[in-house]
Amino acid sequence: MKPVFASWDGVTSHWESVPSRDHARQNPLGGKPEAVAGGSLLYRNHCQQCHGADARGDGQKKPSLHTESVRSATDGDLEWFLRQGDLRHGMPSWSSLPQGQRWQIIAYLRSLP
Amino acid sequence: MLAFTVCLVFPAVAQDKPYFVTYSHDLEEPGNLEIETKSALARPERGHHFGALATELEYGARAWWTTELYLDGQATADDSAVYTGFRWENRFRPLLHEYPVNPVLYVEFENITGADKNILEVVGHDAESDLVVPNAVSRSEHKHEGELKLILSSNIHDWNVSENFIAEKNLGHAPWEFGYALGIARPLRSLSSGRECIFCAEKFIAGIEGYGGLGDTWALTLHDTSHYLAPVMGWELSAHMRLSFSPGFGVTGTSVDQIYRVGLAYEFKDMDKMFRSRRGEVR
Repeated sequence: MKPVFASWDGVTSHWESVPSRDHARQNPLGGKPEAVAGGSLLYRNHCQQCHGADARGDGQKKPSLHTESVRSATDGDLEWFLRQGDLRHGMPSWSSLPQGQRWQIIAYLRSLP
Repeated sequence: MLAFTVCLVFPAVAQDKPYFVTYSHDLEEPGNLEIETKSALARPERGHHFGALATELEYGARAWWTTELYLDGQATADDSAVYTGFRWENRFRPLLHEYPVNPVLYVEFENITGADKNILEVVGHDAESDLVVPNAVSRSEHKHEGELKLILSSNIHDWNVSENFIAEKNLGHAPWEFGYALGIARPLRSLSSGRECIFCAEKFIAGIEGYGGLGDTWALTLHDTSHYLAPVMGWELSAHMRLSFSPGFGVTGTSVDQIYRVGLAYEFKDMDKMFRSRRGEVR
């Protein structure tokens, strides 16, 4: 396995680190309005401080989630990354959140314009 | 690219487990400071009621390193209230990825007196009789102790399972003492309802922990050791505040029959901005 990528930035090749089994997973809550609503609340409580209310970061230290890298990732890639985190660069592992809540966050991210 | 890797932090207390003795592999988010009070209320047989309070300052120095300072004290009925010392602990995650079992290394220095009654761990042949010594006598015993823990922790679906192996040594004398703590917990509801609420099931985490002594290098035996079972419940009052409660029950003759614990935690975000020396520093 290649080294884990550093962030959600524009380097699409870093998703190659994701095991194929995780890469192929689909969000069981994808497209469900109640999942998006739950994900919105979870995003506000857990993610907003560093990614901003609109998930666009601040263009400097706070990373945007509106990137080609995130758009090109599969749901499974994103769930794997939330579970793994990137401790070396300050991103905690969110394995301690119930798996359903990680899927809710991803459903919300997918709903962003 | 570096600019995007800085301050990639999610703040919240929602993930914290309600254990009082057991540690999971959750660390404090970098830059955040959590202040928590942990109290222990009990009455040992042939002793007086006491209430012990540990005030914990927990800071996320890095995503893989959390450092904590405890200030301990206790009050015993028909006796006195005393400050019993401090503890400084550090937890490190040596492996930076998530695995089925995640190790954390724990190193602690304690400068406490024999009057300490917080029972934040049980090691060696710790017993109920240690808690009935009058404060005037027990506070004259000064302990400079080092403590090591190997924390193994797993998140399996919605469950957390944690195992701690403890080795403690009085730096002046006495043998190595050993102990353990085991915990399992899960949220009452796995999915977020999407609405702000206080009493809804997703705000609660329930579980149970067990802990006790495993003897010491002079007598590596379970004889005359204390062991406890304690249901735990955590309640997320807000995104920053958490209340925990645990009734503990002694299961051996040398254990205290019942210990009631209450914890209240509040998390302050981005405290590192007060200390950051230069902009753009990678944490």
